[in-house]
Amino acid sequence: MAGSIKIRARNSNGVTTVKSIIQHEMETGLRTDKKTGEPIPAHFIQEVTAKWKDEVVMTGLWSGGVSKNPYLSFKFNGGEKGDKIEITWVDNQGQSGTVTDEIG
Amino acid sequence: MIDAKRRTLLKGSLGVSAIGVAVSAGLLTPGTVLANWPKAAFAATETDAALNELLGSNATENSDQIKLEAPDIAENGAQLPVVVDTDLEGVQSISIIASANNSPLIASFDLGTNAVPFVSTRIKMAESADIIAVVKTDSGLFSKTKSVKVTIGGCGG
Repeated sequence: MAGSIKIRARNSNGVTTVKSIIQHEMETGLRTDKKTGEPIPAHFIQEVTAKWKDEVVMTGLWSGGVSKNPYLSFKFNGGEKGDKIEITWVDNQGQSGTVTDEIG
Repeated sequence: MIDAKRRTLLKGSLGVSAIGVAVSAGLLTPGTVLANWPKAAFAATETDAALNELLGSNATENSDQIKLEAPDIAENGAQLPVVVDTDLEGVQSISIIASANNSPLIASFDLGTNAVPFVSTRIKMAESADIIAVVKTDSGLFSKTKSVKVTIGGCGG
C-alpha cells in the first residue's frame, strides 16, 4: 500500500545527505493484470517535496518510470543535528503522504 | 483495435473520476492537482520533444562536469540505480531520461538554493537504451549520456 516513508539524514562536513524510501506501487498504467487481462490503472507519485526546516531543498517531478517503492537521495549545504527534514508526496490519484525526521 | 480503444476510454475515465472524487471529498483543491506537473513533457514519446516541453529547448551541450552513474548491464530493468552528480555552477534542475521508454522523461528535480547538485534514485527501463542526465544551469543546458544494456525490461506486463 501507498504509505510510509523512511528517511535517514546525516550531516558530514557541512553537507547533509538525505536518503529516503517511499512505499508506493508506482504503476505506469501500461501493465495488464496477468489473471484478468484488465489494464492496471496508472498510480504513481507525481510530485515529491523535500524540506529542511521550512526551506524547500528539492522538488521532484516524477513519472511512472520511477521504480516501485522509490528510493531518493539528495544533499544540501548546511543542516545540524536535530534539524527537521520533511518529505511530502502527491500521486496522480490525489493521494498524498508526509513524514518528518531529524538529522541524526 | 476496438478493444484497445475501449481500454483507453476506461483508463481515461477512471483517472478523471479518481481525481474528481478526491477534489469533491475536499482532499485536494483543484489548484493543487497537477499544479507544477509538466504533463506534456511526461507524455512526450521522444526525448527531444520531452526536453522542449520541460525546459523549452532540446539543445544540450555534452559535459564531462556531469557524472552519471548507472550499471553497464542491468538484469532487472525495473530497479535501475541512477546517480547524477555535477560540479557545474548555477544548477537549477536535474532531469533523467531513458531514451527508449514509452515516455522517455523519467523524472526532473528542481533544486532549492541550498541544494547540492546531486540526486540518486532508481528507474524503470523498458529495453537497452541511453540514459541521459540533463542539467539546467544559469548558462544553459548540459547533458551526459550513458548506454545501459537491459536484460529484462521493467515497464511492461
